Amino acid sequence: MSDPIVDANSIIETLTLQGGFNTNAVILGTSLLGVAAGVIGAFALLRKRSLTADALSHATLPGIAAAFLISSALGFSGRSMPVLMLGAAISGILGVACIHLILQHTRLKEDAAIGIVLSVFFGVGIVLLSVVQSSTSGSAAGLNHYIYGQTAAMIRSDAYLMGGIGIIASLIALIMLKEFMVVCFNESFARSMGMPVWLIDSIMLALVVLITVAGLQAVGLILIVAMLIIPPAAARFWTDRLWKLVLFSALIGGLSGYSGATISALFPRKPAGSVIVLVAGSIFILSMLFAPTRGVLADTIRRIRLRVRIARDHVLESLYEIEIGHVGIEHPKAASWLIQLLCFKGWIERNNGKLNLTETGRTQGQRIHRNHLLWEQYLVSYADIAPTHVDWSVDQVEHVLSDELIHALVLALKKRGLTIPPLDGGTS
Amino acid sequence: MIPQSIQTFLSLDLFPLLAALFAAISCGLLGNFLVLRKQSLMGDAISHAVLPGLVAAFLITQSRSPGMMFIGAAISALITVVLVEVIKRLGKVEPGAAMGVVFSVLFALGVFLLENAAARSVDLDADCVLHGNLQTLFWISPPDQWSNLFSAESYSDVPRQVWTLAGTTLGVTLFVSLFFKELKIASFDAGIATVQGINAGFMHMLLMTFVAIAAVASFEAVGSILVIAMFICPAATARMLTDRLKSQIFVSIIVAALTAIVGYAIASWVEVNAAGMIASASGVFLVIAIVSSPRHGVIAKTLNQRQLGNKVALEDVLGALYRISESDSQANLEQLIASTGADSRSRKALSKAQSLGLVNVHNGILSLSKVGESRAASIIRRHRLWEGYLVEQAGLSPDHVHETAEQLEHFVDVPDQSLSKTHTDPHGKPIPPR
Repeated sequence: MSDPIVDANSIIETLTLQGGFNTNAVILGTSLLGVAAGVIGAFALLRKRSLTADALSHATLPGIAAAFLISSALGFSGRSMPVLMLGAAISGILGVACIHLILQHTRLKEDAAIGIVLSVFFGVGIVLLSVVQSSTSGSAAGLNHYIYGQTAAMIRSDAYLMGGIGIIASLIALIMLKEFMVVCFNESFARSMGMPVWLIDSIMLALVVLITVAGLQAVGLILIVAMLIIPPAAARFWTDRLWKLVLFSALIGGLSGYSGATISALFPRKPAGSVIVLVAGSIFILSMLFAPTRGVLADTIRRIRLRVRIARDHVLESLYEIEIGHVGIEHPKAASWLIQLLCFKGWIERNNGKLNLTETGRTQGQRIHRNHLLWEQYLVSYADIAPTHVDWSVDQVEHVLSDELIHALVLALKKRGLTIPPLDGGTS
Repeated sequence: MIPQSIQTFLSLDLFPLLAALFAAISCGLLGNFLVLRKQSLMGDAISHAVLPGLVAAFLITQSRSPGMMFIGAAISALITVVLVEVIKRLGKVEPGAAMGVVFSVLFALGVFLLENAAARSVDLDADCVLHGNLQTLFWISPPDQWSNLFSAESYSDVPRQVWTLAGTTLGVTLFVSLFFKELKIASFDAGIATVQGINAGFMHMLLMTFVAIAAVASFEAVGSILVIAMFICPAATARMLTDRLKSQIFVSIIVAALTAIVGYAIASWVEVNAAGMIASASGVFLVIAIVSSPRHGVIAKTLNQRQLGNKVALEDVLGALYRISESDSQANLEQLIASTGADSRSRKALSKAQSLGLVNVHNGILSLSKVGESRAASIIRRHRLWEGYLVEQAGLSPDHVHETAEQLEHFVDVPDQSLSKTHTDPHGKPIPPR
């Protein structure tokens, strides 16, 4: 297992698109395809069509083989790229049509419909491939490359075709951005606005078909779906806004395409399709763990901080309640780190082993206590909860009340003529 | 002496056929629960994702030891299941996308490793992954005497895949029959399962384990595409034909077996790839079931709908004539058409009514016969009872009930018998006696 040593020069040359005309064309084409797949995949993800795209890409195989057989039978060269792409597109669309027919006319659910189309079409494709293999000698071997993809076999015009389709597909998606957005987020709203949902969906599907057939040669039909699914799924961790999702997804797709094609060009036996997907997959994992908006780490930190805040508030509240002479309040038993934290913040101080609130701590405690009372009163007077039952839920809610909400509570309670615990000075 | 033709069959076709049969049955059996739980694509994901496990096992052990490969594949199948769950829960990713991410990345990893393994001139073939190597399961020295059929020696060179698949089929069958009740309840309603003390999450993982085992065992012989087809198609076909889970399972086994036999027979007849042909055959069986299932098929449903439409049209014509005769007037064809809404269906219904002797025509004037009148009366009775019911019980206003009653009169009797005591409907029209 010894890859020939690649010297730094040729790495830099390839990375900066100076590595020979053919290589450049392939890298550029693959990157553009990645961008387009990212953009269109974002809508497919939001429309929950990720796996429909999977069925579609598998369903292209019989079309490729049939196109080869038909055009060879008619005396043309069977391996003409546009002809094979046309065949792929037709059978891919046929596959999606079958999914719709199955959903409309049978009691089978979407997952089954997708699996049926995927496996049966692919099975037919394999049968046709074996026919190709037995009927023609040698020349058919090239068809296998459309399953796993092979950038090495690509010539410049193939790469231009791929990049061109990528640009066109992205442009169409950007022009239709508003329509796609409305249909993705709220189909019934789109209908009520008089939008032709069916047409918009069909355009979206057509774009997916375009990407799929364009990527057949470089990435292969099994892995092309990954370029549609993974970048948007990774981008989703970074943002909650649609245009950013589309942008990030395009960036991730482009980056994966670029690095995949580059690595594949530099090292032998690194098939571009799988490298692209592995790069995209790594970005996905990193995003899922570390993205600040929806990443797992950020989420965990947020959760821990909330817990600390709640524990902290409980201590302050109990101390305050002891101070104002509530009976039955136990002296708070908090973890020592929590006490230390509160001391450090200057909210409490230790006095002969007893904890006392400082001035700022008292204001905090009073505020929490007041929130507690407000919410309690609200529950009793508005939500018809028995006074004996309110305490439990109040303990949860009092910590997350925002200032606006508290203001609204005060107004609502005043309306009912209830006494509002004052914010400063006296106690209730 | 065994005839030459049978010997050829034994040597070339018996084991591929058996392997296909076992794979079809074990996957088909488990597929029932996947389809039921709307997790059909888990089979898809697993059968793609076992690839890196297979290759990794090879790269680590440096041998094609079947046991190690099996373990490697099973581990990566289980990793798939777990990863999908983790990404779904932790990352809050939509289930379809989560599955897509996991299996495509793992598959890519497999292809990547495979290319590196190929660098060391190993006959791990990426295409085999997809369509298996059924055709290589020869019986190198099949028995040449009938008597040898019963000696253990003849079976010493049975391909390992066949034994593995036979064992898997047995295991899967045992699993499904022993845990049938638990599987059923956990699949239909996880909540009820929990109430009954069945751990639905555990059943899910157990099912997935068996799915993984079946996928891995079948994978090598028949390829991933046939595995996916067998997880879904026989169960889906059976679902079109039956209404109870138990009968669905039996039908799915029969369908799976038939698919394997028919597909294999065609494939060896026209000499094409067997796994692909079996997958295609499973699609054909499914299409046949979708079109011609006696209860849920497209033909049956269309016929049913047409029949129902004709019945409704006929009853509407009778009802219209009854109403006209109530107002002591007579109707010709044009008036009737006008009152039922002009369409070809009511014309056809009218001629049907005439041929059934429900309606008489004299000089262009239409009238109900005795039989026709009693039938019309029962329809009108139902209509007016429904109107009464809707006003009194459902609190609708009298001018809003006609359309609803117009639909209900064809299908359902009024639920409350006590209503028959009133003799007029909300519009004051008499309700015909029973």
